[in-house]
Amino acid sequence: MAGKTLFDKVWDAHVVDTVPNGPQVLYIDKHLIHEVTSPQAFSELEERGIPVARPDQIVATADHNTPTVDQHLPVRDLLSRNQLKQLTENCEKHGITLYGLGHKYNGIVHVMAPELGITQPGMTMVCGDSHTSTHGAFGTIAFGIGTSQVAQVFASQCLLLTKPKSLRVNVNGKLKPNVLPKDVILYVISQIGTNAGTGYFCEYAGNVFEEMSMEGRMTVCNMSIEMGARGGMIAPDQTTFDYVKGREFAPESAEWEQKLEYWKTLPTDADAVFDKEYSFDAADIEPMVTYGTNPGMGIKVTGRIPDKDDVNLEKALAYMNFKKGESLIDKPINYVFIGSCTNSRIEDFRIAANYVKGKQKAANVNAWLVPGSQQVAKQLVEEGLDKVFTEAGFALRQPGCSACLAMNDDKIPEGEYCVSTSNRNFEGRQGQGARTILASPLMAAATAVAGKITDITKQLN
Amino acid sequence: MEKFRKITDTAVPLPIENIDTDQIIPARFLKSTDKQGFGDNVFRDWRYDHEGNKNPDFVLNDPTYSGSILVAGDNFGCGSSREHAAWAIAGYGFKVVISSFFADIFKGNALNNGILPIQVTPEYLKDLLQTIKEKPETKLTVDLENQILSSPAGELEFEIDPYKKVCMINGYDDIDFLISKKDKIEAFERERSF
Ligand code: SF4
Repeated sequence: MAGKTLFDKVWDAHVVDTVPNGPQVLYIDKHLIHEVTSPQAFSELEERGIPVARPDQIVATADHNTPTVDQHLPVRDLLSRNQLKQLTENCEKHGITLYGLGHKYNGIVHVMAPELGITQPGMTMVCGDSHTSTHGAFGTIAFGIGTSQVAQVFASQCLLLTKPKSLRVNVNGKLKPNVLPKDVILYVISQIGTNAGTGYFCEYAGNVFEEMSMEGRMTVCNMSIEMGARGGMIAPDQTTFDYVKGREFAPESAEWEQKLEYWKTLPTDADAVFDKEYSFDAADIEPMVTYGTNPGMGIKVTGRIPDKDDVNLEKALAYMNFKKGESLIDKPINYVFIGSCTNSRIEDFRIAANYVKGKQKAANVNAWLVPGSQQVAKQLVEEGLDKVFTEAGFALRQPGCSACLAMNDDKIPEGEYCVSTSNRNFEGRQGQGARTILASPLMAAATAVAGKITDITKQLN
Repeated sequence: MEKFRKITDTAVPLPIENIDTDQIIPARFLKSTDKQGFGDNVFRDWRYDHEGNKNPDFVLNDPTYSGSILVAGDNFGCGSSREHAAWAIAGYGFKVVISSFFADIFKGNALNNGILPIQVTPEYLKDLLQTIKEKPETKLTVDLENQILSSPAGELEFEIDPYKKVCMINGYDDIDFLISKKDKIEAFERERSF
């Protein structure tokens, strides 16, 4: 019998029951919720008179629809205020832990849970948000669910699912200087497309991921959904264990030892077979930018927009106001956003600050920095990075999803370009008519300083 | 959930690929805490301009086309997990979406809201879109029990998870099923060793 993959091991350990010729009942260890995709699930339960099965396995935060300034004041927008109030009431009523606005643990759901040690290897985790794939960086099966499924987990702590197929993305070799985890995943998606992973759960393997920090691994797994995969995972190793150890909700002493033993058995067996596999050479990857309206439309910053007959390409370029065959270097940019669950961890701000130090942001640029959580915000101050940024003219805001999905007031105006460290460049994602260019925090910082897209490969070598 | 057996109706063509959930329902409309009213804003930024005027070029504003079947380009529903996208599609009155490929989460959300996603081959989709364009009055029949889609582009047997099929035909949902497994779930919790 062929060996098992990391995914198989975690999945199989959570199967409660199997419907003959049908889906399986999968047990969920941790359920994360937020204000936007939970209210209808609570109502559903209420209407049917069903209690929340395991409130102690649920953690709530407010992040999607929260302001990033003046968080101490009542939220101005009435609908947003109501949504936040409902979350608070629902959590109180059902005994669910909530890290609401202003709480020291508040933050974007996929930033705050890992940093609190809520996310641990070998777990199953879900959240009504597609970027739940982020937690896969710990060797966790983590994926986004719809609101009906949120209600199912509330009711039973389980989900009915068909086991997805397995996919492995291997990246081996040596990365060039200034190529960041964000570039690696943007490169992979540009090569395999936005639906290559649909129906699959992905594992990232190879020395490039083994050598990555946990923050970098989270950036990579975060964008698994952008190639259509429900989730992505990286085998837990010493880097993972060192990261989890000592965090607020991490296991301690004897329990830690016991879990550690188990976690060490999780990596994919050498003889395991994947349904589909892709391999890339790290040396081929360079700093990336996107030019179109899906995350697969990416090129090396030194590259040119493809020149081919394709209605989808033409539609995207019409929206972006770019031309086929064009280079993006020297394109003037007025907005820069460093934030989102892809790149708003302390490491991302360290990289950006290191570049920005002693420089000034260009006069034409509005540069928004939005830390992923209160803890990241605190760390920025402790490390003195806030001063580096404010001296350079950047605006440091309060934690939340912010301009990643532009539900609050942080919207990019119509027709403006924004170099953004977030994960989606869909039409209107950052505001009606806004034009998003996805990039790494380093590319974003360099753009803010230059006021235009620059070739950082030239600058920094 | 409403029961679903068989539908015969005209269809609305939307031959755009990679239609993402931000297009189906933009984030600024996600502030509601119930499931109602999303149909008014489905494809909002394609349907209306900034001033709220209808865009006459968009298919939903074109009286030539109508019906409860949406025929859309490849990779429909990619992007976020927002079930609001399914509520918006259902709220507008669509009961079936036909495409050559569906994003995972959208497909699940659709089925959980009584919308039937039907996957067809790229060639069939192309023919079907052509047929509807030439003859907007063309009626399609979707027979869930026999898993048959019939149109002038041909008869096609489509796939659906057998469990989900039973749910749709009977109007059941997963919650009822999962609650019926309570004992097994509790036994699992007691016995797990990790
Ligand atoms: S930061 Fe963006 S992608 Fe991440 S959870 Fe918030 S809205 Fe979703």
